[in-house]
Parts: sequence; structure tokens; C-alpha cells
Amino acid sequence: MVQVLSPVPGTFYTQASPEEPVYKAAGDAVSVGDTVGLIEVMKTFIEVKAEVAGTFTEYLVESGGAVTAGQPLAEIEA
Amino acid sequence: MAIKRLFIANRGEIAVRIIRAAKAMGVHTIQAYSEADADMLAVRLADEAVCIGPAQAALSYLNVEGMVAAAKAAHADAVHPGYGFLAENAGFVRALDAAGIIFVGPSADTIDAMGDKVSARQAAQAAGVPVVPGSKGRVETIDDAVDVAAKIGYPVMIKAAAGGGGKGIRIADTEAELRKMAPQAQAEAKASFGDGGLYLERAIQSPRHIEVQIMGDGTNAVHYFERECSLQRRRQKVWEEAGAECLDEATRAHLCDTAVALAKAVNYVGAGTLEYLYDSVTANFYFIEMNTRIQVEHPVTEMLTGTDLVQEMIHVAGGGKLRQRQSDIIRSGHAIEVRLNAEDPFLQFMPCPGQITGLRVPEGEGIRFDHFLYEGYQIPPFYDSLLGKLIVHGRDRQAAIDLLITALKGLEIEGVKTTKPLHLALAQDASVRSDDFHTQWLEPWLASGNLKPTPEITGGTS
Repeated sequence: MVQVLSPVPGTFYTQASPEEPVYKAAGDAVSVGDTVGLIEVMKTFIEVKAEVAGTFTEYLVESGGAVTAGQPLAEIEA
Repeated sequence: MAIKRLFIANRGEIAVRIIRAAKAMGVHTIQAYSEADADMLAVRLADEAVCIGPAQAALSYLNVEGMVAAAKAAHADAVHPGYGFLAENAGFVRALDAAGIIFVGPSADTIDAMGDKVSARQAAQAAGVPVVPGSKGRVETIDDAVDVAAKIGYPVMIKAAAGGGGKGIRIADTEAELRKMAPQAQAEAKASFGDGGLYLERAIQSPRHIEVQIMGDGTNAVHYFERECSLQRRRQKVWEEAGAECLDEATRAHLCDTAVALAKAVNYVGAGTLEYLYDSVTANFYFIEMNTRIQVEHPVTEMLTGTDLVQEMIHVAGGGKLRQRQSDIIRSGHAIEVRLNAEDPFLQFMPCPGQITGLRVPEGEGIRFDHFLYEGYQIPPFYDSLLGKLIVHGRDRQAAIDLLITALKGLEIEGVKTTKPLHLALAQDASVRSDDFHTQWLEPWLASGNLKPTPEITGGTS
């Protein structure tokens, strides 16, 4: 199990916009470089990318939740 | 009724600025704050502070119902909105009206009228404020387009009458180009919007951004001259000046007088700014929009004219009449403001929230630093990256730029990356020093690698 960590503090989102589907759902295949989340920091949006390939397990933070730098955001079964 | 209890519905440096103005007037201050802002400087400086919700702005600083309820519960008789957040939200003003609380700014109807681009353009035209010349309405045929273009002058911008945004916009420099491009634009408009109607407007290329500060009391209005804000990145101003050296006296007078005419025509109350595109080749200016609030860059105007604009807007909101006649307002010297943002200018301006581990603020005649920092302060990541504004005033533009360099070198913000190196580089750039730039200048300058981490601009630790 590999955790995806937040690169910066900010607000975490599991989808690109409220109308879009979540980036990943449980059981989805993940490739290196896939976007798994979005962090809003000071009105700038930064995509969070997977650094390992595997199967998506779950998000560890609710969409819209505040996160700190280094906080685990999601888990991937590598 | 003079304001006695002022509720500040904003955060950051502008909240501190408003508290200082209110205290100088003997007004009791009540600061709103989100759960992420409990430690901010404005909370420490205010007489009272009220938590208005969680970190997310949508649930706190942008929550109309919650903000009005908090102001009411605090027995505020007025609310200052600052800039951004609810500052130009007519619904907020109407909710305050209903609660019997004064909004420090214009009426909801004025905000509605000036917030709509078409009605703002009509109001401007009616008051004699120049707007970008364009076709009266839709243009149906190519020959009509050529006739209109001959009247408004080339280059012309060809737009789809039905569309919005920038889609399908073409610029024709000559009649031959217009005759070639107009049919393409018609076909594209028909395909995209089911309507081949076109709209023509004079294309203002490489314009400067010039704006005029006005203040009204509902009957009378005055101007505090103009600002030059062409140095922009991603449509965000980074460096602002008062006045604009590129204007001659006749153009300046025309610009400022028509701005006052518009303010009087709409019975304007409070501080407002009319924004213009300025074509320095033809010396023509064109109204683009009006901002019905105090602006980030208001301090340069305060330094130029010696007026406290925030105090003046609180005074007129409380029913006071303007305390200065136009002839009392004198411009003196030259002022420059630079925005210190928590961003890394050497890493695509990546935001850098963090803790302020050290702070040294430059002091001296003609130097001012508006900010909300203190040693140990943790800058939250939820709001914009503006940390403070360094403002200098000198006897002329060259003296102001030289003082800016001295002041920047004396400013140390430790713990986070800031845009200080950008401003040091700009202040030493030949084009900036000779006032030779426009709104499309800074981004190509950055893209060409003009900002390098040399000792001259990174001498400090920030």
C-alpha cells in the first residue's frame, strides 16, 4: 500500500470541478503520472499525480477538506 | 449618522488598513475572521473579533447570510467590505440594507449598474467618458463592415455578435484584411452560434492600463488623479504608480474630469475607480469598467495627494459630505507601489504559504509598508498570496524608483519566498526606468528569461 502525499498545504479536491467525476474510484487502475487529486493553494490549483502504478484503494481526505504539506491524501495498492 | 461601530468583512492587509483608518477616527472596530485566521494581525488590532465560519471562503468571507448575521449580532452600524470577497456583491448590500446596517460603499443599484459591462458602457457614454469605438450593433454584410471600420478606424477587432469570450476574434489592419477575414468570421459565427452577425470594435494594441480614483458623497464627487498599472502578470497588477508620466496635462484633465462627471451622474457614494485602456501612440483613452470599491493600489494615490481615502470613504458612508473641494486636491511628486506576494518568482510564481520567521520593515521619509505580518505568523494557504505592499514617494519618478530600490533592500521577509526579487529586477530594468512598457510587456519579459537569480536582486534572504 502506497500513500499519495500532499506536496503543499491547501484545500484538497477529488474532482476537477463539481460537475466532473472523481479522478479515481476504488478498484480503478492507476498509472504513473495519473492525476489523483487537486490542491488549491492561495487560489492556484496544483494537480497531484501518482508516483506509482497499481490499483486505487481510497481517498483519505474528503473533497474540500483542508490539508497540510505531507499529509496522506489517498492510497494505491502498488 | 456618523459611524460608531464598524464591522470589517475582510482579512489580510486591507483589514489592518481599515482598522487603522477607523481607529484614527475614533470608530470602534469589530473584525470578522475565519477559523484559519484566528491569529491574523487584524484580529489582534481590532477592538473586538468574531469568528464567521470555517477556512473555506465560500463558508466564511463569501457567506452573505452569515456575515450579515455576525454584523447584526455585534451591533455594528456599518460594514466595510475591503476589496474582493463581498465588496461588489449587490445582494450583500441589499441584505445589509434590510438589516439596517450601512454598507461602506455605493448603493446596491449602483453596484448592479456599474457591474454590468453594457450598462456601465452606456452610463459612461452618457457622461461623456470615451469608450472603445465600435459598431452601434450587429453588422450583417461585408460592405457594412467596411463602412463601419472606415468610421471607427483600423486596426479593428471582428467579433461574433452572438458569442461571448474571445472565441473567433480576429484583428484586421486594413480594408483588404477585413474583406478577407469578415466572411471567415461570419462562417465561424454561424457554425458556432447559429448566427452570422458580427460586431466590430477598434483594436487597442499594446495599451497601457490607466485608472482614475474618484470619491463621491451622493451629491458631489471629486477625483484624486490617475494611476498607471500596466505592469501585470496574468491580469494581476504587480507594480502601480501615481501619476501616469505618459499623460500630458490636457489629457490628464480630460480623463479625470469625465470620470467625475460619471460619478456625479450616478450619484456615487464612496471610493470608486474608472479603468481605461490608453493608446500612447494616439493619446486616446477608452473606458473599460468601473470598480465600486477601494482598490489594492489606493496607497499610491494617498501618497500622491496626502489624503486618507479609507477614512474619507468611512466619513461619506456615515452621511458626511466630501471634506475636500477639487481645488484642494493637489498632486505632488510621484508614488510607486509593488505587491509582495508569497510566491517564488524563480519557480513560475508557485505560491509559498508558510511561517514568517523574521521580518524587517524599511523606514524613512517617503516609505510605507502596508501588510499583515509579524514574526511567527503562519500564513494560511486558503486565501490569496498578497503579503504586503511596499509604497514609496519621491519628488519625481526617478527619485521614487531609486527610493524603491533602497526600500526593497531594507525589506526582509524570512521564512517564505516572495516576489521581492522581481521588483528589484524591474526597478533596475531600462524599459521600466524609462517608463516604456504596456499591459502586454511583463509576461514576454519574464518568458525571455530576464528574471535571473543574480546577487543584485537576491541579496536579501527573502
